[in-house]
Amino acid sequence: MKIHEYQGKELFRKYGVPVPFGIAAMSVEEAIAAIPKVQETSGSPVVVVKAQIHAGGRGKGGGVKVAKTAADAEAAIHKIFGMQLVTPQTGPEGKKVQRLYIEQGLPIAHEYYLGMLLDRATGRVTVMASTEGGMDIEEVAHNTPEKIIREAINPAVGWQPYQSQRLAKKLGMTGPAAKALAKFMVALTRAYDETDCSLLEINPLVTTTDGRVLALDAKVNFDDNALYRHPELADWHDPSEEDPQELEAKKWDLSYIALEGDIGCMVNGAGLAMSTMDIIKYYGGQPANFLDVGGGATAEKVTAAFKIITSDPAVKGIFVNIFGGIMKCDTIAEGVITAVKQVGLKVPLVVRLEGTNVELGKKMLAESGLDIVAAADMADGAKKAVAAVAAQKGGAK
Amino acid sequence: MSVLVNKHTRLIVQGMSGSAGAFHARQMVEYGTNVVAGVTPGRGGQKVAGLEQVPMFDTVDEAVAATGANATVIYVPPPFAADAILEAAAAGLKLIITITEGIPARDMIRVKTVLQLDYPDVITVGPNCPGVITPGECKVGIMPGYIHKPGTIGVVSRSGTLTYEVVHQLSALGLGQSTAIGIGGDPVKGLDHIDCLKLFAEDPGTTAIFMIGEIGGDSEERAARFIKENVRKPVAAFIAGQTAPPGKRMGHAGAIISGGKGAASDKIAALKDANISVAATPAEMGTTLAKLLK
Repeated sequence: MKIHEYQGKELFRKYGVPVPFGIAAMSVEEAIAAIPKVQETSGSPVVVVKAQIHAGGRGKGGGVKVAKTAADAEAAIHKIFGMQLVTPQTGPEGKKVQRLYIEQGLPIAHEYYLGMLLDRATGRVTVMASTEGGMDIEEVAHNTPEKIIREAINPAVGWQPYQSQRLAKKLGMTGPAAKALAKFMVALTRAYDETDCSLLEINPLVTTTDGRVLALDAKVNFDDNALYRHPELADWHDPSEEDPQELEAKKWDLSYIALEGDIGCMVNGAGLAMSTMDIIKYYGGQPANFLDVGGGATAEKVTAAFKIITSDPAVKGIFVNIFGGIMKCDTIAEGVITAVKQVGLKVPLVVRLEGTNVELGKKMLAESGLDIVAAADMADGAKKAVAAVAAQKGGAK
Repeated sequence: MSVLVNKHTRLIVQGMSGSAGAFHARQMVEYGTNVVAGVTPGRGGQKVAGLEQVPMFDTVDEAVAATGANATVIYVPPPFAADAILEAAAAGLKLIITITEGIPARDMIRVKTVLQLDYPDVITVGPNCPGVITPGECKVGIMPGYIHKPGTIGVVSRSGTLTYEVVHQLSALGLGQSTAIGIGGDPVKGLDHIDCLKLFAEDPGTTAIFMIGEIGGDSEERAARFIKENVRKPVAAFIAGQTAPPGKRMGHAGAIISGGKGAASDKIAALKDANISVAATPAEMGTTLAKLLK
């Protein structure tokens, strides 16, 4: 689960991770009212107006503005609130800004990058840091990996003081900043562990001219598998940040991701679902989505999945590719037949079934009287789906 | 010959009284797997429908003492699964296969550390995996048994249903399998590609290997280097997710491209550099390996 920057900073405050003073606003009025409060608390006229959307790269898209006066801040609020913010991570359509964060400005001495995530290769949560803060960290990681400092955490003992010292040394922090970093890291690593984070990213982490260390940004993701033990985090979920079809899919515990193409896919298993996208592209088609119905799906869940696919107006054909293990082919057949009876079938449907109860599943589809194209295997199904969509497009012209 | 499981495997099913545990325990028994005990706390001495011949115990400890079990498969729900793994290790079992999907990463990080420190000789497979099968001898997990055929091809895969796909293709071509291992797609897991490659390289019953990888991480790149230096048997491979858009997490397989690492193109290049045949599409996995054996 992703949360907003201002929520991430609330979490940081709770754990004692230093962050600048700021106020979240859900409207232009609230944002303007926050300006004098922030100025008063910080003792400086400088405030920062920050768009709150889940995607990164907000600064590049014009979603972050440093204002030297209250009038400048007000102008920035009017400009940013409600804008369609386009960043490298939002896609070309951008995301509408419906929340703002009004934060104090700081006398920044230096910017750093700090991230925490699970390193698959070692199975350990790893802190990554770099003196190249504020920049595109992916580029730094790719082009100059030696500039990324890494400290893995042993879960038996947690983050250790020597690791803070080593980190400060490599980042070039000395004196009060090095001491502040040590405290900062103890609090941050505790927050990560206790709330089951899957990612923490602070870009930038800053030192101020008076020797403080603060998180100027807060990107926080939680492990979805662990949300059951953090009911308090549910309030932070912002459904307006998610694709409506992906949201509906989540309700049914389906893994669905909308893509750009026109062939809707329903598959069981993430690996097979990705390969189905691969093979559709290989034969010249474009998948409209990734959809993994999972292992233990019921017929109702399959029906819901089918409805989600057909609700996408871009879908011109559907390819159902199932290799039943836990998933039984008759369950898939039942779900598909129910869905088609409820919502109709306006586009060609290609079905490939294999695995547990395959004969029963095929028989049910054949006897349903529905206009279904049967596929012998995965390649046959992909070819037939691509051809059916191409024929439809040709016919529409 | 085979690796990990065979006709001498005496299997415990942890979580056998649950619906998934009971269903798959019945399937395993039907396949011929020697299921010697079930374990669910509070259910000791009870019977599970369709599995009346399999005694139930409250603890793994008791089950091992009473039946001489030497392996376990875990279907316990996610909040209790980490504990189930540690209980099995503490009871002295050396092979622990975890099917459960959705275990919090923090739990698995701790489990892995405890296993490394206290039980270095325990082999774990999974979690979030289809299990391990030695065709004709022993099926441990959730894979459909009928698609497998005894033979000499070792299969290792990060993806469940894609494993079925390759096995099905191999069997149709007359290429049976020595053992098929689904290592699972979770970020923290037991056996990795390399561990399985080592097992297959040393197994006299395995003559060739098929490996399935996915985008994300660098397990396949490391496996490619390992094969180049150590494996003298023919290896073919497939990488899923070649067309996945960057930055999107594709379901619970944990496949994600990040930091410019783990792209399909990187993995395929590494595999080809190690002289491994890479199937162009998932429909050609079987034929790609078959060509190597001609």
